[in-house]
Amino acid sequence: MATLSIAEALREAIREEMRRDERVFCLGEDIDIEGGFGGAFTVTLGLSKEFGHERILDTPISEIMIAGAAVGAAMTGMIPIADVQYGDFLFCMMDQLANNAAKMTYMSGGTVKVPMVMRAPVGATTRGAQHAQSLEGFFTHIPGLKIICPSTAYDAKGLLKTAIRDNNPVVVFEHKLLYGSKGNRAEKAALSPVGEVPDEEYLIPFGEGVIRREGKDITIVANLLMVYRAMEAADILEKEGISVEVIDPRTLVPFDYELVIHSIRKTSRLMIVEEDTKRNGWGAEVAAQIAEDALYYLDAPIVRVAGYDVPVPFAPVMENYVVPSASRIAEAARKLMKS
Amino acid sequence: MYEQLFLLRNYEDRIYYMFLEGIMPGTIHQSQGQEACAVGVLFDVRKEDYMTSTHRPAGHCLAKGVSLESMMCEMFAKANGCCKGKGGAMHTGDISVGAIPAVAITAGGMPVAIGAGLSCKMRKTDNVVICFFGDGASNEGAFHESMNAAAIWNLPVVFVCENNLYGASTHINQVIKIKDLAERAAAYGMPGYVADGNDVLAVNKAANEAIDRARKGKGPTLLELKTYRRCGHSRNDACGYRDKQEEKEWFEKDPVARCKNYILQQQLAAPVELEAIEKKVLQQIDDAVAFAKASPSPEPQDALLHVYA
Repeated sequence: MATLSIAEALREAIREEMRRDERVFCLGEDIDIEGGFGGAFTVTLGLSKEFGHERILDTPISEIMIAGAAVGAAMTGMIPIADVQYGDFLFCMMDQLANNAAKMTYMSGGTVKVPMVMRAPVGATTRGAQHAQSLEGFFTHIPGLKIICPSTAYDAKGLLKTAIRDNNPVVVFEHKLLYGSKGNRAEKAALSPVGEVPDEEYLIPFGEGVIRREGKDITIVANLLMVYRAMEAADILEKEGISVEVIDPRTLVPFDYELVIHSIRKTSRLMIVEEDTKRNGWGAEVAAQIAEDALYYLDAPIVRVAGYDVPVPFAPVMENYVVPSASRIAEAARKLMKS
Repeated sequence: MYEQLFLLRNYEDRIYYMFLEGIMPGTIHQSQGQEACAVGVLFDVRKEDYMTSTHRPAGHCLAKGVSLESMMCEMFAKANGCCKGKGGAMHTGDISVGAIPAVAITAGGMPVAIGAGLSCKMRKTDNVVICFFGDGASNEGAFHESMNAAAIWNLPVVFVCENNLYGASTHINQVIKIKDLAERAAAYGMPGYVADGNDVLAVNKAANEAIDRARKGKGPTLLELKTYRRCGHSRNDACGYRDKQEEKEWFEKDPVARCKNYILQQQLAAPVELEAIEKKVLQQIDDAVAFAKASPSPEPQDALLHVYA
């Protein structure tokens, strides 16, 4: 067992897969320039020492090209891991991701494969509205993409390795406050969870959520940073006699509805917590799906705690207000218990 | 070469007539008048070389070796089309012959060509990528990002700009200040050449030089082919925006007729030999139409397949 941060776990996943399969390569901006950052959050730092700059390919600041090149390379026998410095820049490459990556297999009647990985950091970190968004919901809306969001080091390594071996485009959302990036790329207010990661190889299949904490009164489904906020809220609520079960779906497409339904059969109450804006988010989809399939297990309306429908503001007091906090989650839970 | 030119022209014409008859679904963006670009560029490429195409892909695909039957079936939205009825006219392709399914977003195929070029290079092959696009694409950001990347990484990509003077109905002079798009190559540090896109031999010569350069690891080239659509931008386009004198001048430079006249003048083949070729090609098209009409449609619920590989 090694104790790794998420950034280190992701790096180990890339390293192992690049050793295992010479088709795997990384491309992105500043991903391993000597004396540079190793990607915006150090994930690819030092990999060029082992694999050289041909397989750890630093690109111009050309997001359309990065995404399109990943698509083209993937269709022609390579397995690219593309890197974008901030998830917000995915919008620059949206045509390539939504129109090409997601649709090539379909439009070709299944004759073309696009085995690529697109990594993107998300989350509000006092950088203002254009380096802050949580974009998982946007991408869950596009058929043809798989969407994963690891919140622990163990999951980060296991899920990324699965993503690299998948025959489809997989978008990996990573939270800036969870990386545990070190040195001058360390984040203020980061949680930086380190975790035990086995030395032997393992893969984590998509579509299998995990119960982070068992409880009997309320089921909270939360991803990325919100898993930790929900856990914090659960600690607060436990002292008040409210027992919370926290589910981390780990992957949003595919989504483990079975685990959620199993949980609400016990708790009869469901809350979904996401950092993204509330309107039409992935939480809305989960709520709708549960209402369609399992409403009869619920004793109260489904509650969503999410970012307010505003761009992410800069001032820390405002940012903290917009992003769901443990106290906001706890307050919503108390209210849910009364309904 | 003449056989291919004749095939491309008559395939597109036949599609057009069937469209007018109303027996074909969807929309069409045809390439009559631009056949020498597709045939001249692709005549000497290998099956293993890749090609990216545009919303106007039929000529490119036929010249790259996508089967006539599978293309016709796709046009008729049949289950055995080259995209199993899921692509249609604008996404024609067949990866098994190097024809990456066409990208119908202007310039959207260019970054894909960069990826295919990287792949050819990283896998240490000497295969090349032919990247077709139009004059309109050269004003997209994707054009700039792709040209620059190909240059800095010395990729085996041949950028082929078919300049047919119009982006849909907008004349190029209204949207581009320079005389030749090939000039833009200099901005990226790669060679750029202009060729007569209606002269199949001129195209072939210029393309082969660029392809040879790419194959030898000497990097990308921008090739601008001056050409003209005989047809509208898409169906139901009578080209009211084009000057009739301009049309007349260009139609006199028709690439198919020019090639035929050249062959006859140079006595490279007898008229009867060309007639035999033409007859054979027309029969192939007839057969493909009959085959496509008799082919099965996909089941409605097949729409749910192939979202993921």
